[in-house]
Amino acid sequence: MSYLHNIGQYFLMIKQIFRKPTKWSVMRHLILKDIDDLIINSIGIVSFIAFFVGGVVTIQTALNMTNPLIPKSLVGFATRQSVILEFAPTFISIIMAGKVGSFITSSIGTMRVTEQIDALEVMGINAINYLVFPKFIALMLYPFLISIAMFLGIIGGMAACFYGGFSSVDDYIAGIQMDFIPFHMVYAFIKTFVFAFLLATIPSYYGYYMKGGALEVGKASTTSFVWTSVMIILFNYILTQMLLSS
Amino acid sequence: MIEVNDIHKSFGDSEILKGISTVFEKGKTNLIIGQSGSGKTVFLKTLLGLFIPEQGSISYDGKIYSKLSPDQKSELRAEMGMVFQGSALFDSMTIAENVKFPLRMFTKQNKSEMNDRVNIVLKRVNLDDAHNKLPSEASGGMQKRVAIARAIVNQPKYLFCDEPNSGLDPRTATVIDNLIQEITQEYDITTVINTHDMNSVMEIGEKIVFLKDGIKEWEGSNKNIFKTDNEAVTNFVYSSDLFQRVQKMYLEEDQ
Ligand SMILES: Nc1ncnc2c1ncn2[C@@H]1O[C@H](COP(=O)(O)OP(=O)(O)OP(=O)(O)O)[C@@H](O)[C@H]1O
Ligand SMILES: [Mg+2]
Repeated sequence: MSYLHNIGQYFLMIKQIFRKPTKWSVMRHLILKDIDDLIINSIGIVSFIAFFVGGVVTIQTALNMTNPLIPKSLVGFATRQSVILEFAPTFISIIMAGKVGSFITSSIGTMRVTEQIDALEVMGINAINYLVFPKFIALMLYPFLISIAMFLGIIGGMAACFYGGFSSVDDYIAGIQMDFIPFHMVYAFIKTFVFAFLLATIPSYYGYYMKGGALEVGKASTTSFVWTSVMIILFNYILTQMLLSS
Repeated sequence: MIEVNDIHKSFGDSEILKGISTVFEKGKTNLIIGQSGSGKTVFLKTLLGLFIPEQGSISYDGKIYSKLSPDQKSELRAEMGMVFQGSALFDSMTIAENVKFPLRMFTKQNKSEMNDRVNIVLKRVNLDDAHNKLPSEASGGMQKRVAIARAIVNQPKYLFCDEPNSGLDPRTATVIDNLIQEITQEYDITTVINTHDMNSVMEIGEKIVFLKDGIKEWEGSNKNIFKTDNEAVTNFVYSSDLFQRVQKMYLEEDQ
């Protein structure tokens, strides 16, 4: 029953994001601020994780290919596939559900408990548009972050090859160019856009509709992280089934 | 002037406002008093249009709220200022930006016009030197003054304050009360204040509405609140330690 209520309320919120827009001169600043908070401030951590996990994927693949008949270039191929298809879009999004998601929930939730949202509404401002729309627009740049992750993941793999001597860099480069299917990129970026939407809206929902005080802000952030990750995993499954298995 | 006519407001099965009628006059500080849970905040939020009463009507200088079109309602909203119990300043903005916010939202003024207005208002609340501070760097009393500045910056016709001096020391509380009263007279605003602070009642209670369990139990002013024989009011007035002691003192003097 309360699940149904939440889902209904969530969709009403989505509708409200696009109603009664805030004045553009004000909105512009909000969008720029959110791009900075949500995207620019995440580049560092995303790059770090992508580079090293890309390296680990390469090492694991290389160590598990003991059969001398398998060409060495397969290491690069396997790294590219796992980074582009799953690691960059999905794994990074789960990390972002923790970083960006809890930031969104706690900042909106704090505004709720300190009556800042009431203050907006008293002034006749559509608080959902004011708060959520800029995050939604900022996260439309999320694919940019994921592209960086894809690129650095593959570079990380190359570095691991080079320093670990698992295969020559030439073999690795031949591997990452092997049998490239352009639709895999389309698939990865469709996923990325869907995850960006989830990352913008689910944490906002938990922040906006929270009740209580400072303690509850913390609880709301945790709940929001759990549900954002669950939905990302679920949509990952559904989209993969829909787009790749035919 | 705000005229309230027999408003009823319920949440689910429980009726919180049970038919309240009164008039709040322009240029006066109107107080709503009553015990915790008596419905003061619900009443104030109904006056603000945040809650819609199931029955009864509210008119603002003759404009009946429920009969206005959505656009007219928005216009009326822009004429209202609200000071929240916890100040509710936007903590990502500086003090000056907080005060400027309603101007950016609702007027077509250019930057220098807005800055001029912000300077005037911040000066009015004695915050000349705090423009670039963040709310978190300001004391409770300062935050209240910023909240007042933000509420009056767009020259509202109606000002609502929910316990404007809760959490402040008595001296600062008096300063805030007097500030609100002065502003009310200066700009000829209709001001409605929620409070359970007897000091405020004495200081600025030009018109007092006493609520008890969602009913208007009594109304009057600070001149006659001590003369009433309404038991609920007397109990409330003398519930504070200070007043009990003062009363005792007078009784002892009489003997
Ligand atoms: N949004 C709401 N939904 C349901 N019940 C509410 C709501 N807001 C207030 N109430 C109920 O209305 C009653 C009056 O609350 P209100 O906040 O108006 O009291 P108050 O007089 O302002 O008290 P205080 O002095 O403590 O602020 C309370 O019993 C409260 O539980
Ligand atoms: Mg209250």
